[in-house]
Amino acid sequence: MSEPLVVIGNGMAAARFVEELGKRALGRYAVAVVGEEPHLAYNRVLLSSVLAREVPASDIQLKPARWWRDRGVTLLYGKKAVAIDPAIRRVKLANGATLPYSKLVLATGSNPILLNVPGMNLPGVLTFRDLADVAAIAAVGQGKKAVVIGGGLLGLEAAYGLAKAGAKVSVVHLMDRLMERQLDLRAAALLKRAVEAKGVTVHLNGDTAGIFGSKHAEAVVLKDGRRIEADIVVVAVGIRANAALAHGAGLVVDRGIVVDDHLQTSLADIHAIGECAEHRRICYGLVEPAYEQARVLARRLSGDDKAAYTGSVLATNLKVSGVNVFSAGDFLGAPGTEQVVLSDPGLDSYKKLVIADGRLVGVVLYGDTADGLWYLDLIQSNASIDKIRDELVFGRALVERIAA
Amino acid sequence: MNAPSHHPAAVRTTCPYCGVGCGVLAKPDGRGGATVSGDPAHPANFGRLCSKGSALGETLSLEGRLLHPMVRMPDNGLARISWDNALDKVANGFRSIIDQHGPDSVAFYLSGQLLTEDYYVANKLMKGFVGTANVDTNSRLCMASSVAGHRRAFGADTVPGTYEDLDEADLLVLVGSNAAWCHPVLYQRMIANKRERGAKIVVIDPRRTMTAEDADLFLPVAPGTDTALFAGLLVHLADTYALDYGYIDSYTTDFENALARARSIAPDITTTATATGLAPQDVARFFQLFARTEKTVTAFSQGVNQSAQGTDKVDAIINCHLATGRIGKPGTGPFSLTGQPNAMGGREVGGLANQLAAHMGFTPADIDRVGRFWQAPAMSQTEGHKAVAMFDAIAHGEIKALWVMATNPAVSLPRAGFVRDALSKLELFVVSENVLSNDTVQAGAHILLPAAAWGEKDGTVTNSERRISRQRPFLTLPGEAKPDWWMVAEVAKRLGFGEAFAYRGVADVFREHAALSAFENNGTRDFDIGGLANVSGPEFNALEPIMWPVRTEDSSTDTRFFAKGGFFTSDRKARFIAPEKPAPRMAVTTNFPFRLNTGRVRDQWHTMTRTGLSPRLGSHSPEPFVEVHPDDLTKANLTNGGFARITTPYGSCLLKVTASAGQRPGSLFVPIHWSAETASSARVGELVNPHTDPFSGQPEVKATPAAIVAVDFAYRGFALGRTAIPLPQPTWWARVTVTGGTGYLLATNDAPERWQERARALFPDCELAEYIDGPRGLYRIAAFREGRLEGCLFVGPAAHAPQWDSVKALFEMEAIEDMQRRMLLSGKPADGIAEIGPVICACFGVGLNTIREALASGAATNVETIGQALRAGTNCGSCLPELKRIVHDRVPQPV
Ligand SMILES: Cc1cc2nc3c(=O)[nH]c(=O)nc-3n(C[C@H](O)[C@H](O)[C@H](O)COP(=O)(O)OP(=O)(O)OC[C@H]3O[C@@H](n4cnc5c(N)ncnc54)[C@H](O)[C@@H]3O)c2cc1C
Ligand code: SF4
Repeated sequence: MSEPLVVIGNGMAAARFVEELGKRALGRYAVAVVGEEPHLAYNRVLLSSVLAREVPASDIQLKPARWWRDRGVTLLYGKKAVAIDPAIRRVKLANGATLPYSKLVLATGSNPILLNVPGMNLPGVLTFRDLADVAAIAAVGQGKKAVVIGGGLLGLEAAYGLAKAGAKVSVVHLMDRLMERQLDLRAAALLKRAVEAKGVTVHLNGDTAGIFGSKHAEAVVLKDGRRIEADIVVVAVGIRANAALAHGAGLVVDRGIVVDDHLQTSLADIHAIGECAEHRRICYGLVEPAYEQARVLARRLSGDDKAAYTGSVLATNLKVSGVNVFSAGDFLGAPGTEQVVLSDPGLDSYKKLVIADGRLVGVVLYGDTADGLWYLDLIQSNASIDKIRDELVFGRALVERIAA
Repeated sequence: MNAPSHHPAAVRTTCPYCGVGCGVLAKPDGRGGATVSGDPAHPANFGRLCSKGSALGETLSLEGRLLHPMVRMPDNGLARISWDNALDKVANGFRSIIDQHGPDSVAFYLSGQLLTEDYYVANKLMKGFVGTANVDTNSRLCMASSVAGHRRAFGADTVPGTYEDLDEADLLVLVGSNAAWCHPVLYQRMIANKRERGAKIVVIDPRRTMTAEDADLFLPVAPGTDTALFAGLLVHLADTYALDYGYIDSYTTDFENALARARSIAPDITTTATATGLAPQDVARFFQLFARTEKTVTAFSQGVNQSAQGTDKVDAIINCHLATGRIGKPGTGPFSLTGQPNAMGGREVGGLANQLAAHMGFTPADIDRVGRFWQAPAMSQTEGHKAVAMFDAIAHGEIKALWVMATNPAVSLPRAGFVRDALSKLELFVVSENVLSNDTVQAGAHILLPAAAWGEKDGTVTNSERRISRQRPFLTLPGEAKPDWWMVAEVAKRLGFGEAFAYRGVADVFREHAALSAFENNGTRDFDIGGLANVSGPEFNALEPIMWPVRTEDSSTDTRFFAKGGFFTSDRKARFIAPEKPAPRMAVTTNFPFRLNTGRVRDQWHTMTRTGLSPRLGSHSPEPFVEVHPDDLTKANLTNGGFARITTPYGSCLLKVTASAGQRPGSLFVPIHWSAETASSARVGELVNPHTDPFSGQPEVKATPAAIVAVDFAYRGFALGRTAIPLPQPTWWARVTVTGGTGYLLATNDAPERWQERARALFPDCELAEYIDGPRGLYRIAAFREGRLEGCLFVGPAAHAPQWDSVKALFEMEAIEDMQRRMLLSGKPADGIAEIGPVICACFGVGLNTIREALASGAATNVETIGQALRAGTNCGSCLPELKRIVHDRVPQPV
């Protein structure tokens, strides 16, 4: 008889995990997927495009219902798992039902962080994480005032989507530059200009004091006294790994559910992948590490003992139409590193390579991002770039032509 | 004026560069330019042109042209004024200075670039009407020693032979002449002679030039010792019974004297070899060849002339030809190759301080004759200041007014720095010029007069074989430009000499000049073109190239001189001259251990004010350099391709070092072409000593003691600009014209960060693309305005100087594509790099064009296969909707 394998969470990591497992060990497990959201798994990445009305919501489903059926997966969506009892190897659902497991995979993703300031629970204060959020945000009418708190990747995509939908959008950002976790000062300045060109007002160094409103959000008030009128407020200040269940089950949880290179939690047969997991002290917030983890775990659970996950080098893509940014590695350049910079405002292009000991260790690309992944490969391969350094920033095609 | 024709016929004119005087066919393109080809009917070149001549069409642009009279303002700027005003100012200025300080307080400094008619009018005004012989010319730097040598030996400045002698000689001896570069078309005739008739070529030059490459015998003489070689030759000819006693007895005097002097200088081959630094067997071979070969031409040029003993050198050569009677007969003779296009014309009108006019001097009879012909009120009675002395006289205030025509003395004279300072002391400093700015103008000219340039000028020039050719206009005069003769005549009128200068046109000037040459001549003077004194306007326009003398209207055959004597001395006999023992005027010392030699490069002319406009010509030798023998390189710790400062007691230059085994050890060679306009520190004139030949006044520009030390620059690079780029001090730079603008090659010690700070100032109002790799010392910018590449700057470590070829190619284009722009700062061409188009899959960097190509080629047919083929859409999947749309758009939809 197949072993019962339960996946909690029906998001991107979960879907990929099932896909990978299906390729290797179809039939070995009786798979059940529990998902809180009342949908088939969908591509969360595309929520921005949905908000920007570039893609219809109906188009973002990852796999059709039949696909799940064909793999014999029991899909329990619209159901929340509320507890795990490792002692008896059971998962309890909100409706009281329990599911037995021999293997448990946690793929619960993360939750948006809310600010600890007054007014956070006023109607009209929204987050941007799932389809329900998108529906709520999209309901704001033409010409309404929207304030996005957070000038990171997510906040900017929300702001762009809102602006495209016809709202008057302001972004309030705590730091002196947008996307400070992914961009250096120069790229951030270019980005600011591009975002502003899309009709979004940017307020930097804006520390939110609270959201003002009697029955509904009316304005965002900053600590320096600035006050920005708002019909809705979207809070996109970051995410926190969704580890409540794990915590309740007594698993080791730090910022996320702590896993080892085998994606195993502190308890045997309980695994965690995706944004909810913390691997080597890192909680990732992107899909690629989630996919890698999903694949490694699928291999292990199919009997491949050698499979291991050793971490991902992050690369960032911002999905604001016409604005390409990419960064990876030590893009700021730690002391002792060297930099090669190429910029051409006329082509809206800026590229910075960070080099240490003759190796590429970081990159920021603005505008011309086509070679991002190639740089990422170079960073990961840790190969010497001394010979190609003079061509490197001009891109792969030139380097390869010269080498040929 | 004629209506512009749509198919203008080619105009027959003459190349304005070297003394070969090639005929040129110029076909105006109706847009201010012209295509240029050789004139097959011209007897100097029969259709050939050299690289300089061929590029004439590229030098016609009006960029940088002086188009209006200008006057210097109190704030030192230049302001436009009317012709009337300008001419009044010139005339009044001259008048008041002459009134106060006498006629010798004014001077004209002319040029072998002027037409004969310009020269004639200027000479006439000064020597006949102002009353001073302070008229000298840059020909002083070039031909004066030949003139003096000819006059001492022949009694007149006569070139005895014709170019045909070069075709018919069996031995061609080239002394101090890099004809391969400096007289290329004539050189080709000599090479043809060698090839077809087996003529032997001997090249005598301290430097192994291009000309030496084809020589049967190359004699690298020690600088300044040519006289010893030819003295030795005369002795050898005497000792081997190779003399023509018949000729010596009938047509010459002073032979014994000259031979005795020759014996004291070089009694035998061994002594000759020691004195000249040559191998005895080479000397012997040369002597034998010369002695044996009846048909011998000895052609000489600046290497002979530009010396403090130049006149002696010329005469030492002439001695050998007189002694063998090899003169005036086909295939024989001493042959002076003149440098400039109209040095000969200037000599014919007497535009030199030590000549009066029409090959007449300052004897009472000549002064009287010319005075009567001109009906001149104030004939100058004595010789004036020759070039170097003229600028001395300016420096110590004796000369207070100067008019410089068509030359750039602030660059070309010895001690150029001193000359520039002298010019700034003038009370009145007039320059008639083609260009708005050159070093002479910058030396503080008070009044600038816009002169007609080649293609606009109308008149005649005379080449090295005495052949007068027309320079005909094929372009209209731009702006307010005027011929120089017109300016002088207008000033003359304002000085009260209207009647004597009432020329209706250039033909009037020519006829008067021709008439003067024939005036009371009767065969006593070599220069006689009386046969042309009555040409009509149309005849003048149609004048075919014609060799003087033209004593009567129907004499039109080419003439050689002196086969049967007939010299222009009082007894009609030639004089043998006993030359001084050769020694450069200045000895090398421990502080200045090298000898500095100067000269031309192939593709540039003089100070590059015109050849510098041609991108093609600029690419041959773009940087000013010093050639050093490899042994000296090691001794002086220099690097080939590095930099060095050359210092003499007169000044210093900073040049690129080129190792050349053709260079004599102990000698340095530096080209003459660069000025403050074209390089930061390469005005070679500044280095050159002012010692002159006692007879010709020609300065010794090829033998100044000099020191050389290596100078290191940390960085090298280049810049390109549509207009001049204000490079900061103390950048080392050399400027060259490139298609579409100006290029600079540069060297600097300023680190990339310094250049980054300056970028804005270098390219104001431009959008700047920038590449910086500080640790590698690389900094590059490209400046754009409205999408057009306006300029760029590349700086890199000196050891790997950035190359400009691919950047230059982009700079030349009207518009550049995005991919080319993206690759531009790599300094490498974008060839073969596909434009991938807007990025669709950001995760894998897959572009729209790449996806479309995959679909077109069938490598992919739908979103899944795109993913398989290109990986697009297989990671985060955010591009999947777009991929779907691309596939959908491509597949034709059923209607
Ligand atoms: C708007 C937006 C744009 C993004 N753009 C990009 C991008 O361009 N590139 C990129 O790499 N990443 C992007 N991301 C991040 C990316 O979507 C996530 O990293 C990825 O979805 C993580 O996958 P996951 O499976 O770990 O979590 P999720 O996809 O969040 O899946 C977790 C699922 O678990 C469910 N769940 C949680 N707790 C329970 C429970 N107790 N019981 C049942 N179900 C539960 C949740 O409801 C959720 O559906 C974006 C995210 C957002 C919100
Ligand atoms: S050889 Fe002299 S005259 Fe003839 S084309 Fe060349 S530069 Fe002109």
